[in-house]
Order: sequence, then structure tokens, then C-alpha cells
Amino acid sequence: MKRTDTQHIATLAHIPINNDQDKDLTAAFNETLETIKTLQEVKVGGVEPTHQVTGLENVYREDEVHKDTMFTQDQALKNAHRTYQGFIVVPRILEK
Amino acid sequence: MLNTLTLKKAHQAIKSKDISINELITKCTEVSQSKNNDINAYTYIKEDANFQEQSNTKISGIPLAIKDNFCTKDMPTTASSKVLESFIPPFDSSVTQKLRSSGAVLIGKTNMDAWAHGSSTETSDFDVTKNPRNTDYLPGGSSGGSAAAVAADMCIAALGTETAGSIRQPASWCGIVGLKPTYGRVSRYGIVAMASSTDSPGPMTKTVEDSAILLNAIAGHDPLDATTSPQATPDFTASLQKPIKDMRIGYIYHNLAEFEETKSRFEEQLKVLEDLGATVEPAPTFDPHYAIGVYTIVQRGEVSSNLARYTGIRYGGDRSHFGDEAKRRIMLGTYTLSKGYAEQYYTHANKVRTLFMRDFQELFERYDALVSLSSPGFAKKRGASEGQAMFGELEDMLLEPSSICGLPGVSVPCYRDETTNLFLGMNITTPWWKEGRAIQIADAFERATRWNTWRNKQ
Repeated sequence: MKRTDTQHIATLAHIPINNDQDKDLTAAFNETLETIKTLQEVKVGGVEPTHQVTGLENVYREDEVHKDTMFTQDQALKNAHRTYQGFIVVPRILEK
Repeated sequence: MLNTLTLKKAHQAIKSKDISINELITKCTEVSQSKNNDINAYTYIKEDANFQEQSNTKISGIPLAIKDNFCTKDMPTTASSKVLESFIPPFDSSVTQKLRSSGAVLIGKTNMDAWAHGSSTETSDFDVTKNPRNTDYLPGGSSGGSAAAVAADMCIAALGTETAGSIRQPASWCGIVGLKPTYGRVSRYGIVAMASSTDSPGPMTKTVEDSAILLNAIAGHDPLDATTSPQATPDFTASLQKPIKDMRIGYIYHNLAEFEETKSRFEEQLKVLEDLGATVEPAPTFDPHYAIGVYTIVQRGEVSSNLARYTGIRYGGDRSHFGDEAKRRIMLGTYTLSKGYAEQYYTHANKVRTLFMRDFQELFERYDALVSLSSPGFAKKRGASEGQAMFGELEDMLLEPSSICGLPGVSVPCYRDETTNLFLGMNITTPWWKEGRAIQIADAFERATRWNTWRNKQ
């Protein structure tokens, strides 16, 4: 992995990094990738992947309102970074 | 010394009215406050913890320490990250809700590796926790604060969470008992998610008996977590004080170079199981080194997805507040899940995971339980994890194979070094949903040996 790859991934992951940091991160990634490289030795032809281990399938619930797990407006807004007249203010994503 | 009571003894003393609940809470809170400057087990100690509801359960009035990744209504919940420094959840996790309605008293939140990313508690944004057994050493992690709080008698019992070692490795390093339930036995609802396909909340306690009592209180199906099992929860205390005669136990990972130094001490302890009538024999396994790779890829991938929700808009700070370890994990996960790499890394890792599942299925046709050390060695010195991108994965490698398969296990103290006062833990892994059998073996071992600090005092 190169420093430019690290910068690209930082953009994808929405992680702000500075120029010094991408050097250290690239080194750490390469160390980790080196360790996990050994996995490629394992032959997995015809083997299905295991994404979950419970064996449960298609767990449904009724589409009902559960008042006991609902927040009041005050509760929902309490931890918000910025609010305005009962709404949460979010950063602009479109150009003016 | 009310704070030194086990959960079982505290319950008996409350029931017989030998002690008052408020006395017990006050004592635990006072001890926690005075020791915390040095140990730093807690990120938050409740000033006015009090007992509200009288209920007729075995945990009624019991002061518990809760890892800081369980959302607790009206108590800070930071996951030891600056991102959540000011977050006070308006709701309880299902587990803490269950505990409260059973009358337990939540006296504080415990320090951890930030977001549970680590095995040292050194990646916490709120300073490292010290190992109370020897403060030059690490408590392990990520549930290091909970393990230290139990070991230092700063609570009666604690809760932790484990993805691959985060309950049992710190339990082992701090000389306490840690129980990781089967994945899906205990609800994850309201817990700061790390790796959703392996996260398992569980008890961290002074004795095996206490773990069985606490597991009874938190286990069971939860409509708010679709991965919890609908099957009935047994009474885990029914597995206590039962003989283990004729149990077939496989001794796994016996020829790994990583535990050359501790091997002879561990094998000495296996004789205890034989003296109790079990048969113990070396059991070859699929190479556990491959589990490091599987776990690393799966965990990083799930981390990058789970931590995408921290935008700093609805709650918490923005993404510039992530520490270095979280950044490393989020970004590596993003890489291994990205177009062109997902097949090579994530899917391949989950195929190898299938091979581990098959290996355990075969092993459990021959054995009732599998044992190994919980961590290859004793606690490491403070500072040991710094600059080591793979520190945790190596310290947890003996637990990673069973964790990626969702299997349960109990770590029970099995050796104490007299010079350093540091401990080793024996991990007992049993088939899916057979926590009771792991409790049975761990309890029999604990009662037959002198390694448990609290049983020695009794």
C-alpha cells in the first residue's frame, strides 16, 4: 500500500488525516496486511463463507409502534450538536 | 470489608439482613473513589448511586461496574472515546435495563480500549488502567477497567463485552473469572457496536458461581436484537458443584511456540482436571494463526461499517475526534471491503471462518470441552502495546478461533506467579449454547485449586 492509497481510503472513510499521519498509517497498514497475507495459503475451493453463526434466518417482527422505546423530541435533540426550533441542523452538502 | 464480598456472599448477607444494601453501595463507591486515582478502572463513578427497587432476585441491591460501551440512561457512555465524551444516552441497553429491573445498582462505568479496539486498555482516550495485581502491568483489554474493578474489589461484579478475547484475556491477566457467552445468548441492543457478527456481552466476576448468577440475569431472547436466540435459557447455577468425572477434554494449541514459557505451569494444572476424573488429551486443531487473519479482516470490516454512524450530528463529536487506533481500524476495514478487494479479503476470510466452524464441529464430536490458556502469557508491562499494530491479535490468538465461530468460554485463574503476583487463566470452551458445561468444569477446577483469591479468603 502506498501513501496515495491511504489518502484515498481516508476520503472514502471520511477520516480527516494530515500529511504526517498518512505516513504512519501506511506503515501500520502494511504491517497488518503482511500478517493477514498468510490467509491466502488456505485453500477454500467450494467452501461457502460464514457471515453469521446463529443459523437464524429471516427474523421478522410486526410493524408496530413501540411507545416504550420511543424518544420524546427533547430526548432526541438533547445530544445533537446544533438544533434550531426543534430540528437538528446538519452540514450543507450542496453548493450554494 | 463489604466490598470484598463475592456476589453470592453479598446476596446471602443482604437476605439474612446482616448488611444493608445502602451500606454495601456506599462502601463500594467509597473504595472506588479512593482507588480510582491510582488504578483508573472507572471513567465515571456515580455520586448518588442508590437503591431504588426492592426485588426478590439474586442480584437485588448488588453494586455492579458496567463497561462504558453499554448505553446507560442518564449516565455518560463514552466507549472511552473522545467522540462520545459528552454523550448521555436517553435510553438503556437491554442488558442494563434487565439488570436495573432485577434490582442491581449500577455504580459506575469502566474504562476500556476506545471503541473496544485493543487488548491493553492503553488505547483509551481517558488514560490507561493499571492492573491492580501489580500496577507496573497492563490489565489487558478491551474490558480492562471492568477486570481491574473486580480484581481491586471496587465493585461486587462487573460486565464486559467480548469480540475475541475482550472479556477472557483481561480476566486472565487480572486473576478473575470472565465468561463469554455463545454469540446470540445475550442481547447486543444498546451496546456501542464493534464487530456485529461476534460481539458478546458477558459477566466478569470474582468466582465462577458469580458468573453463573450474573449470566442468568442477562441472558435470553430480546425482540430488539434479532440475532438473539429464541431458545429457552437454562438455569446456569444448576451447573455448579457437579462432578466432572468422565468428561472428555481436548487440550488444544499444546504445541504453539508462543507459550513455551508458560506451558509447563499450565500442563501442571491440567492434572487437576484429571484428578477430578476427566480425561485430558492433546487435540490437534486447525492452525489458530489463521484465525488472526480471519478475525482482523472481519473485525476491521465490521468496524468501518459500524463506526460510519458517528457523524457528530445527532450526538457526539465529529470524526476528527477518533484516536489513532480507531482511524487505523476504520480505514483498513474500508480498504478490505472496497471494490476489487472485498473478494480477496473479506469473502476469503469468511470462507476460512467456515473451515474453523467445521473444525470445531468435528472436535466436539470427540470432546465435551476444549481447554487452553486464555492468553499465551502473563500480563504485559505498561507501554507494551504502543506502536504495535497487531498487539491485541497476538495476545488473543488462543481465543480468536472459537470467537469467530461464536462459541462460549470461561476463563478461570489457573496459576499465580509469587514474584510478580500476576496470573494465568485457563480457557474452557464448549459447544454452542453449552455455557453450563463450561461453568461446570470451571467451577470444579476453581473449587479444587487455590488460585481464586476470594475463595482463599473464605
